[in-house]
Amino acid sequence: MAKEAIYGERADVTHHESFLRHARLRWLKIAAVLNVAAIAAFWWVFVYSGTRLEHAGGTWLGYTLGTVGALIMLWLTMIGIRKRAMTSGNWSLKAWVSAHVYLGLSLVIIVTLHTGFQFGINIHTLAYLLMLLVIGSGIMGVIAYMYLPVRLSDVRGDLTKKQMIETIHALDRLILQAAQSLDHTQARVVQLSLDKTIIVGSLWQRLTNFYPGCGNRSAVNRVKRLRRRASGGSAEALDKVSGLLDRKQEILGTARRYARVRAMLEAWLYIHIPMTFALLAALTAHIVSVFFFF
Amino acid sequence: MADSFKIAVLGSGPAGLSAAAHAAKRGLSHVLLEKADHPSDTIYRYQRGKYIMATPNQLVLRADFPFAASKREDLLKTWDDQLRSLGINIRYKSESKSIAGSKGDFTVTLTSGDTIHAEHLVLAIGTQSNPNLLRCPGANLPHVQYTLDDPGAYVDEQIFVIGAGDAGIENALGLVEDHAQNNIVTIVNRSADFARAKEANVKLMFAARDAGRIKLLVNSAPTLIEPGFITVETGEGSERLPCDRVIARLGSLPPRKFVESAGAKFTSDSPTAYPQLSPTFESTVPGLYIIGALAGYPLIKHCMNQGYDVVEYICGNTQLTPADEPILQKKFANLPGRRSVSDWLAFFRSNVEILHGLSPLQMREFMIDCEVHAFRAGEAIFQRNAIGSSLFGIAEGTVLVEIDPKRPSVTVPIEQSSIFGEVGLISGRRRGSTVRAGTDCILIEVDRISALKLMATVPEARNTVNRITIERQILQIFGSGLSPKDIAEVLASSELKEVKAGQTVVHEGDEGYDIFIVRTGSMTVEKNIGGKDIFLSYIPAGSYFGEMALIDGGRRTATVSAAIKSEVVRLDGNAFRRLLAQNDKLRVKLETDMASRRKINDFIEQQKKKFGGVVDMYSAVAEFLVSQGIGEATDVLLIDELLCIGCDNCERACADIHDGLSRLDREAGKTYAHLHVPTSCRHCEHPYCMTDCPPNAIHRGQDGEVFIDEKCIGCGNCMRYCPYGVIRMDSVPPKKPSLLMWLLFGSGPGPGEPDKEWRKEHADKGTPAPKVAVKCDMCSGLIGGPACVRACPTGAALRVSPESFLSVALLERGRD
Repeated sequence: MAKEAIYGERADVTHHESFLRHARLRWLKIAAVLNVAAIAAFWWVFVYSGTRLEHAGGTWLGYTLGTVGALIMLWLTMIGIRKRAMTSGNWSLKAWVSAHVYLGLSLVIIVTLHTGFQFGINIHTLAYLLMLLVIGSGIMGVIAYMYLPVRLSDVRGDLTKKQMIETIHALDRLILQAAQSLDHTQARVVQLSLDKTIIVGSLWQRLTNFYPGCGNRSAVNRVKRLRRRASGGSAEALDKVSGLLDRKQEILGTARRYARVRAMLEAWLYIHIPMTFALLAALTAHIVSVFFFF
Repeated sequence: MADSFKIAVLGSGPAGLSAAAHAAKRGLSHVLLEKADHPSDTIYRYQRGKYIMATPNQLVLRADFPFAASKREDLLKTWDDQLRSLGINIRYKSESKSIAGSKGDFTVTLTSGDTIHAEHLVLAIGTQSNPNLLRCPGANLPHVQYTLDDPGAYVDEQIFVIGAGDAGIENALGLVEDHAQNNIVTIVNRSADFARAKEANVKLMFAARDAGRIKLLVNSAPTLIEPGFITVETGEGSERLPCDRVIARLGSLPPRKFVESAGAKFTSDSPTAYPQLSPTFESTVPGLYIIGALAGYPLIKHCMNQGYDVVEYICGNTQLTPADEPILQKKFANLPGRRSVSDWLAFFRSNVEILHGLSPLQMREFMIDCEVHAFRAGEAIFQRNAIGSSLFGIAEGTVLVEIDPKRPSVTVPIEQSSIFGEVGLISGRRRGSTVRAGTDCILIEVDRISALKLMATVPEARNTVNRITIERQILQIFGSGLSPKDIAEVLASSELKEVKAGQTVVHEGDEGYDIFIVRTGSMTVEKNIGGKDIFLSYIPAGSYFGEMALIDGGRRTATVSAAIKSEVVRLDGNAFRRLLAQNDKLRVKLETDMASRRKINDFIEQQKKKFGGVVDMYSAVAEFLVSQGIGEATDVLLIDELLCIGCDNCERACADIHDGLSRLDREAGKTYAHLHVPTSCRHCEHPYCMTDCPPNAIHRGQDGEVFIDEKCIGCGNCMRYCPYGVIRMDSVPPKKPSLLMWLLFGSGPGPGEPDKEWRKEHADKGTPAPKVAVKCDMCSGLIGGPACVRACPTGAALRVSPESFLSVALLERGRD
C-alpha cells in the first residue's frame, strides 16, 4: 500500500498463524512422514517378512522404534524448560508447541508399533498406559487451547484480573461505610459479605464455579428479606447496602467465570505434568529391565 | 515644569532600575520614569508569593542592584530599600506619551503634559503593556483576561489558562494552590512540548497534574468562547467545556508604534520582531538606547546587566565587554581565525540562514546554549546510526551526506548557510547517514530543545527549517533522481497545513489533483461502497497521496482524513504535472505506486461485494485500532484473543530478557472483535515521551524502536507525557538465581518479574537502586526478535506496523 514501511522490516507481520497451523503445518507433515515410515517398516518386517510379533521389541525395528519413541519423549519434556528459559536465539515457543503437539501425537503410532501389541501386567505396559494418559491429557489441552481463548476474552471484556479484585475491594469499603447506619442485626448480615466471601476458591470450585457458602450471596438474600420488613430511614440504608451487594455479586460472578475459564485452560496440566514424570520413571524402569534382564 | 538630565530612563523594571542605579552610583544626573506608583510594575503584578528564579545560572550579575532567586515580596522589598539608599531619582505616575529630539537633546512628553529633557534616553519599558490577544470568537467577552494579580481572589471557578509559558503555568499553579478555593483549572497549550517555559515550572506543572490539581490539554487551542463555556480543539477532536474564566497568557509583543514614533527601526516587519540595535544597545536613533525585554531579553539577570552596561556605554566606555563575554570567548577559542566574540556572532548570524532573524543581542543569548565546531575536509561530523538529535548549521564550507551506506563515495553536498541533522528534531531518530566535512568547515550545533525554542520564538527560523525539510522530504519520497532544481517550482507552490484529528483533506468525488505529503501524523483512506464508508488503507508519515486524480485526471477516488493531528504538505497539481512531464522516471514511479494501491482498493471492493459483513467488520476493527493510537504507532503489539490462553508468558519473557522488569501489561487495554491492544509501547512516530527529557536520554533506534538509554535520571517526565501509560518508573530488581536452581531446588522467584516481597528481601542493603523509566525497546539487538512474540505458545502475540497490518492482513484475519 501507501509506501513500503520506513521503519523496522521485522515489524511487517502481515500474516499470523496459530500453533496448530504453524509454518503451514510443517510439524504435522513431519510427524505424518515419521508415522508412515514406521507403519511401512512394521508391515515389511512383521507382515511381509513374517517375523513373529511376540518378540517385536527385540527386533532391530523394535529397538529403532523404541529408541525413536524414547528420544521424542525426552525432547517433548524439554518444552518445560524452553518456555521458561528466555534466551536470545532465533526460536519461537509457538514452533515448539506445534512440534510438541504433532510429534507427541505421533507417539501413539510409533510406540504402539514398538509394543508389537504385546500387553500384560508389567512395567512395560504401565509405561505404555502412562504415555497414553499423557497424550490423552495433551489432547484435552489442545482442545482447550482451541476453544477457550474466545470465552476468556468474552468473559473479561476490557476488565483485568487486577481490576476485578480492586473493584471488589472498593465495593467492600463502600459496603462497610454504608453499613454504619444499620442496626446490629442488619450489620451482622452485611458482615457476612465482608468476612465470608471467597473471590475464587480451590481448583475444584473454580472449575465448577460452585460456591455454596458464599457470604455475599447469603448477605444479598438476607438483606432483601430484612428490607421487606424495614421502613423509613432503615429501609433507605438497606436499599443502599443492597445495591452495593448486588454490584459485588455481579463482579464476583464475572471474576468466577473468568477464573473458571482460566482453570479449564490449566486443568489438563494437572494430569499432563505428573503423568509425564510418572512416565519418565516407568520408561527408565522399562529400559533398564529390558537391557538387564533379557 | 521642564527638567534636564544627562540620562532619562523610561521604565523601572529590572533593566531600568539597574541603569538608574548605575547612573546614580556614577554620580550622573538622571531620572527614572515609571508610569505606576511603585517601581517594577511587571514584577509587582506577578501573583503573590511567586518565586522568582535567577537564570541563566552561568551568567554573572554585575549590576549595582542586588538580585538573587527569591519570593516576589522579598525581592520588591529589597529593591525598594536599595532605591532609597542608592539615591535614585525616580518619578512615579510618569507615563511617557511621546519622544522627540535627538542625541544631546531628547524631549520626553508625559501623559500629564510635563516634559523632560535628556541627553540620552534609555528605553526599558518592556513588552507587558502589549500582550498577545486571543483570536477566537468570544475573545472580547468580559471573563477573558490577560493578567492575574491575585490568584487568591477567585473561588469555586472553572478556569482555563491558555498558554503554557512561565506566566500561564504560574497562574494556573497559583489558582489551585489553596484547596479551599476549590478552583478547577485547565491549562491549554498549542503544542505537546513546553519549550517556552522554565524547566522548574514545567516540573511543578506536571507534579500538580499528577496530584490531580490541574488538568492539562496539549496540542489544543480554544476555538470559541461563550458565557459559561469554552470550546477547545484537542488532538482528538473538539470539546465544549464549562468555563467561568479564561486567562490568556500568550506572551507579549514589543509596543512597536511607540518605539517607531521615536524614530527607531525594527529588524523586520514580523510582529514578533525587536528593535534594531547595535551591540551597545543603541537603536537606529543615536542616543536612544533600548534594553531589557523590549530588546528581546526576557530574563531578569540579562536585563540588570544591560542596565549597568548601557550606562557605561553612554559614558563612553568602549572597552566594556558584556557579562557573558568570557563564556563566549571560551566557546570560540577553538575556531580557526582570530576573531572577536562580536565578529564571531555576526559571522554565524549572517552565514547561517536560520539565524538571520535573530538580533545581535538575541544571537548572544542563543549562542550560550550552542556549540561551535571546526572540521577539516574529510573528517566525519557524525556517523550513521549515531545517537544525536541536535541540529547543525553550516557557517563556512560544505558538508557531504553519504546517502548510500554501502557506497560511502556516493554523497550529496549541503552548502554553506544551510542546515543538517534536522531529522533528529522531528522524532529523535538516530542519524540516518554519515555526514563528513566536504571542505574545511565551521559549524554551529544547536541542541534539540534550543532548536525547538528557536523555531517557537523566531518565525523566520521556523519558516527556513520548514522549507529545507519539505524540500528534502520531497526529494526523498519521490526519489527518481530529482534534484533541488527540478522541484523548485513544486516547492515554491507547496503549503504546509495542519490537519486536526478526523479532519478530511481530500473528499471522495471532489475535483482537484493536488498532491499531498504526510509530514507528521497519519491518514486513513475510506471509500463509500454500497452506502457505507469502508476503510481502504492507512498512510503513514513520509508517504504521499492524491496521485490517482493527478494521473488519471478524474475526480478524487477516496476520502482521506487525518487519523491523528497531522501536518500535510500540499503540492500544487499543475506544478506537479509539469514536473511529471519532464521526468519519466518520476512518472513511472507514481504509476507503479498507483497501480499497487489500486489493486488493493479493487480487492477490498470486490470482497465487499462477496462478503459484505466481513468487510464491514474489517472496517470497524481498523477504526478501533486507529482509535487506540495505532494511527501514530510505528510498531505495536497486538494480542489475538482467539488464541490467547492468558498464560502471561509474554510478560515473563519480557521481564527475563530485560533485567527482570516487564514492559508490557498484557491484560490491560481495550479489546474489539477479539483483537486486544495491550498496554505496551507503540513506538509512536512522534514519541510524546521525548517531549521533555532533561538528559535527552530517549532516542529512536535502527529498527524504529524508541528506547531510553542509561542517561535516564528518573524524573518521570516521559511517563507523564505518554498518553498510553506504557512507561513505568522502577528500579532494577536484584539478580535472581538461575532457572536451573529454581527448577531443581525451587530457589528464587522463578521466571518473570520477581514479586515485591522477594525483591525487598533480596535488595542490596546499601543505597536503594534508583528508579528509572522503563519501556519497551522492541528487544532491539536480539536476533530472534521481540521476546513477547517469541514466548507466546499459541501465536496470539504479534507485532505489526500499522501500514502493513491495517490492510489486507486484517481483512484476511476476518475471513479465516
